[in-house]
Amino acid sequence: MGIISALGLNLADTWTSLRQGIPGIGPIQSLDISKLRFQNGAEVRDYAPEQHFKPDKLDLLDRFAQFALIAARQALADSGLKIVPELAGKTAVVTGSCVGGQASQDSGFVAVYKNNSNRVHPLTIPRTMANAGASHISMEFGISGPVYTISTACSSANHAMGQAFWMVRSGQVQAAITGGSESPFSFGLLKAWEAMRVVSSDTCRPFSKDRRGLILGEGAAMMVLEPMEAAIERGARIYGEIVGFGMSSDAGHITSPTFEGPASAMRAALLDAQLAPDQIGYINAHGTGTPGNDQTETRAIREVFGAHANQLAVSSTKSMHGHALGAAGALEAVATVMAMREKIIPPTANFTTPDPDCDLDIVPNQARPAEVEFALSNSFAFGGLNAVLAFRR
Amino acid sequence: MPDDITEKVLDLIAATKRLPREQVTVNSSFEELGLDSLDAINLIYEVETEFDVSVSNEVANSITSVPQLVEKLKILLAESGSSTQGPPK
Repeated sequence: MGIISALGLNLADTWTSLRQGIPGIGPIQSLDISKLRFQNGAEVRDYAPEQHFKPDKLDLLDRFAQFALIAARQALADSGLKIVPELAGKTAVVTGSCVGGQASQDSGFVAVYKNNSNRVHPLTIPRTMANAGASHISMEFGISGPVYTISTACSSANHAMGQAFWMVRSGQVQAAITGGSESPFSFGLLKAWEAMRVVSSDTCRPFSKDRRGLILGEGAAMMVLEPMEAAIERGARIYGEIVGFGMSSDAGHITSPTFEGPASAMRAALLDAQLAPDQIGYINAHGTGTPGNDQTETRAIREVFGAHANQLAVSSTKSMHGHALGAAGALEAVATVMAMREKIIPPTANFTTPDPDCDLDIVPNQARPAEVEFALSNSFAFGGLNAVLAFRR
Repeated sequence: MPDDITEKVLDLIAATKRLPREQVTVNSSFEELGLDSLDAINLIYEVETEFDVSVSNEVANSITSVPQLVEKLKILLAESGSSTQGPPK
């Protein structure tokens, strides 16, 4: 697994912050925020692109694609998998990204709309396209099998990882690199989020009575997937297993979630994994910290798990790494797998006050030692698109 | 008889939600008018643009009816010192 996030530039640092419940949320530093209603974000800090890429390659890479490549490099190195010629055409790359290279698009449009230039930089399109991350991973490692990107807003990474999982499980490919990447810190996009009135004026407090909204985050996480037998045979470091994937659509409202849609996706993931609800010990919640999501997600979990909902640990790690949109599910998949492997459930940070409408065991503020055999990771997107992954230790 | 500010707000609601103007009254709740949360955000955006005011998230999220919207708008206009001048357009 590979990850770069507001909590660290690699898996070890990110996991240390997660298990200690230390948020990576703070004043946005990469942009002038004097004209924004919100001030805080979860940015990747202490990151020097030139330490990772040669100048000519950097010209081609928006920040979101840089993150995708860095996470993929880490994941492949960690896995020990070599993309030999026989494997190249039988390996997939499936990534998620919601907004692609927004900063590149923004600067191109500023040139023509504001600066009266009659030209936009010719690399604007290849830097902006949402599949840039997947394509650069494919090119760098010579992966010539199915390579594509899924863009389903906040569910992008879970949809991507679910598709990759199904392709590996069915034997369509022998291995896959999958996850998500995002870098939404461009001024135009931040103003658009401001207009939606869902970004918190302070921090992200999922399931807390005084929650005020989400905090935007950035980063990427990638996993190498292969059949269990193949991983064991080559002596790979195995972090965990994806055992099920379920998806659904609310078919309701473009921004207001239902509880039935998320419940249906959780049930579908359990069915795909051939698990009973009471086998699940932990859910990494979508848990955005908006009034609407957290209440609806609580209801959906109660709907699916019944009395077992009271035995479940449910935490939102968005309280620490922020809401990284199309990368969110990937960051949270890493958190979920590490929680099971290290036997520590990362907390819901920034929690202050219980909310009767969010009456789950949300592991407030302090990580908790726990043996979890099976877990779910939820992603629910604007547009009513729900994607849930089931994991085994 | 509603004042000019109220009339303008009613016009904006009718235009934003594509409702017959006579259906929008000074006492309507957003629910009665069929405005969901996204419609309400859109409406407040139109009001901000029309009257050149800025509505905080806390205030915006507390508004669920026409009288509340008008009341909050008049407070904001009074604070910005332009309440006696009516809409800027």
